Amino acid sequence: MRAFVVAVFAFLYLPIALVVLFSFNAGHHASEFTGFSVQWYGKALSNPFLVEALKNSLFIATTSALLAAFCGTAAALGLQRVGVRTRALFDALLGAAIVVPGVVIGISTLVALVQLFAVVNPFLASLWPTDQPPRLALGYGSIIAAHGLFSMALVTMIVGTRLSSLDRNLVEASSDLYATPLTTFRSIVLPQIMPAVIAGFLLAFTFSFDDFIIAFFVAGAQTTLPIYVFASIRRGVTPEINAIATIVLAASVLLVLLAQWQLGRRKPSP
Amino acid sequence: MRGSLVHKNLLTALLLAPATLWLVVFLVLPFVAIAIFSVGERAPEGGYQAALTFAQYANLPARATAFWNTMVLAPIGALACLLVAYPVAYYLALRAPQRWRLILLALIVIPFWTSLLMRTYAWMYILGGRGIPALLAYVGIEDLRLINTPGAVLLGIVYGYLPLMILPIYVSLERLDRRLLEASADLGAAPLSTFIGVTLRLSLPGVMTGFSLVMILLLGEYLIPTLLGGGKVFFIGNALVDLFLQSRNWPFGSAIAITLVLVSVVVLIAANRISTRLSGARRVDLI
Repeated sequence: MRAFVVAVFAFLYLPIALVVLFSFNAGHHASEFTGFSVQWYGKALSNPFLVEALKNSLFIATTSALLAAFCGTAAALGLQRVGVRTRALFDALLGAAIVVPGVVIGISTLVALVQLFAVVNPFLASLWPTDQPPRLALGYGSIIAAHGLFSMALVTMIVGTRLSSLDRNLVEASSDLYATPLTTFRSIVLPQIMPAVIAGFLLAFTFSFDDFIIAFFVAGAQTTLPIYVFASIRRGVTPEINAIATIVLAASVLLVLLAQWQLGRRKPSP
Repeated sequence: MRGSLVHKNLLTALLLAPATLWLVVFLVLPFVAIAIFSVGERAPEGGYQAALTFAQYANLPARATAFWNTMVLAPIGALACLLVAYPVAYYLALRAPQRWRLILLALIVIPFWTSLLMRTYAWMYILGGRGIPALLAYVGIEDLRLINTPGAVLLGIVYGYLPLMILPIYVSLERLDRRLLEASADLGAAPLSTFIGVTLRLSLPGVMTGFSLVMILLLGEYLIPTLLGGGKVFFIGNALVDLFLQSRNWPFGSAIAITLVLVSVVVLIAANRISTRLSGARRVDLI
């Protein structure tokens, strides 16, 4: 069995190792390693399209993860205060946001937004005093919102789990000691759920940064890193892509370790 | 008293408002939109034209290959994942030295949280002409096609989703009461019957969780069949991308999307039923 487990680990890491190895390849080709070089990192980071896609992805992932962490935490707190039915309805919607395939989320968001814009844009134009009315269009906003949907559901669930295991005695003790609800929240509840919020944020960031299929539908004229990488792969794999993949792999490993560390953190001792 | 009640409800509403708005605008409304689209017609220049017809649904067999590939490769893929994952989860939960356990588990999880796109395209190298086939040609096996086959897609599936299968099985094995294993052995059960009667039995809920998770995600898969199936192994996800972004047949695409969601719901309900029954059986066994 041990040999089998070792083989599975090799299976999991061999492709990753190859990508990293060939990102340092001096030659152009994917099949033979002709010497060590970091030239492709330089080339990748001086490719304006690639850098633009990377910046877009960083901006979108940060914004949607922040929004998701904020709204998700608020929702988790609110759900503690509602009746069984409201809760069940909310849980069903959150479950749907997670379970519905990304390709369907992407498509339906595209379809709905295009219809919405078709109504709103002429309306805006009729109201606007000048000839250049603002136009709603697909782009950053639609990607952020569509990514945030899944992430917000995820944060609500993670924080909700943490809240349900929260020590209620502390909350009671705090109000028995005449702390205002706000003080109780700030000094008892928030520190206890903070690791879950941060972990949720990091997972949301990773998801958004990595998502291809939803962005593919709702990006409009924008390009994210996975969209750029996907398009390049279809033109043929280049060492440049290997270099950017290696950077992204390293960064996501760091983020995951950070998220794990946050989730595993003991609640701060009083 | 009354004032504080109003105050409390207001706070609850404020806390839930952003999430509710989000769920309604970006989940409920879009879903209603594609439901409406799915009974419409394709406008002559592409897109949508209002109508009330079930022609789109009647036309589903036109994409039978995509449905067939998905419905065959998703369960087979999930099963293949399971067969590889179980021994690994078993080893990690019950055999691995204590201090290695968490490190090994982290090593399983890390690939899952790194880009599936980038990990999958690595297999394009390995399976492509200059990878394994070149090595095989060296020893005299010529003209073996690996990439752009159902086998390559299956491999990509196992590779991409393995961690997701290992985790729930690991969790259920980790929680297993080890005294039960001793009791079984003390009562004279052979190792194999202890494994089947106790270990495997008690890990079935984890197996179900993993299996249904992987199944559901595979139903909407797009990247793996595109990169490793090379346009020959179409999934429903590929059909959807094609219909919405290339042929611009939105009503037909919507009908397929709705069908896909319904199939996912059926799979989820079935999985739920089975795991309820499994945990029910377990309860009876333990009394």
